[in-house]
Amino acid sequence: MGRLIDLCKQKLGGAVLSAHEQHGDETVVIRKDAMLTALRWLRDDNDTKFDFMMDLTAVDYFGTRPRDERFEVVYHLFSLTHNHRLRVKIPVAEADPAVESAATVWKAADWFEREVWDMYGIVFKGHPNMKRILLYEEFEGHPLRKDYNIRKRQPLIGPEN
Amino acid sequence: MEEQNIEAALGDSVILTQVDKVIGWGRKYSFFLYPFITACCGMEFMSAAASRYDLDRFGAALPRFSPRQADLLFVVGTISHKQAPILNKVYNQMAEPKWVFAFGACVCSGGMYNNYATVQGIDTILPVDVYVPGCPPRPEIVIDGLIKLQELVANERSSKWPRGKSQYDPKVKR
Repeated sequence: MGRLIDLCKQKLGGAVLSAHEQHGDETVVIRKDAMLTALRWLRDDNDTKFDFMMDLTAVDYFGTRPRDERFEVVYHLFSLTHNHRLRVKIPVAEADPAVESAATVWKAADWFEREVWDMYGIVFKGHPNMKRILLYEEFEGHPLRKDYNIRKRQPLIGPEN
Repeated sequence: MEEQNIEAALGDSVILTQVDKVIGWGRKYSFFLYPFITACCGMEFMSAAASRYDLDRFGAALPRFSPRQADLLFVVGTISHKQAPILNKVYNQMAEPKWVFAFGACVCSGGMYNNYATVQGIDTILPVDVYVPGCPPRPEIVIDGLIKLQELVANERSSKWPRGKSQYDPKVKR
């Protein structure tokens, strides 16, 4: 296993649910209740020093995974200090689609989290301004969820074509 | 026969025509366009407008950045449902007579986007005068579209105007 995965397992222990590595790209899956501590540690520790959150998104595994791990919130981290990368995934249950906001860890997370809320309906607890960012306020539902009807249209004006 | 005699009598000093034709002839060479640019087609619009292809040759050179001073609405790029009330408002703010130029596949029909976000052709909300498909359209076809619009404008009758507001009032005031 990669160096970062070993570091994470050593430091975070049971919070790391699983980990894998592909062509040198390391991924750790972290328990939801430990996520904020884990992300803070990844940012601050001298060996990891992930000072740059490059991307934050989510995946809907509707129909392919059990409902208590239907969604996965994904963080792509980069360290400008060490020039290394890590992908962090957090499984989220359908019944409770909410995780802690990372906007206090990386300010860049603010708008990404609003986008994930907009598209997947995952709430980020503690976010300073949790509302839609791309779609309009009148829009109902979250269009990138796999159970969002692909033919559903919600125009503000004009016909529903 | 009678008319010919009159023209012959007056020589080259007078031309007889119809008021609508004179107005149409004037209008077709003096479009003041409002570029409503939302996406990648904007690049091709710039190409068509800049010196190499030069829309100025057709009298459509001067973009006005206020819809109140424009008479040709260039809708360039994908229109999303969020954008649609804004486009509608811009159209309604333009003084008549006014024409709408649908630039690119997305504007004409939604293009490759048939999803929750995209208007399936702006003719679902506005009257469109000329459709120029292409993803994006090359400047040549834009110029062809403009010439077709000039033909349309030249042959218009003044009784066509005013055309009135767009038929859709936004459900939500923005």
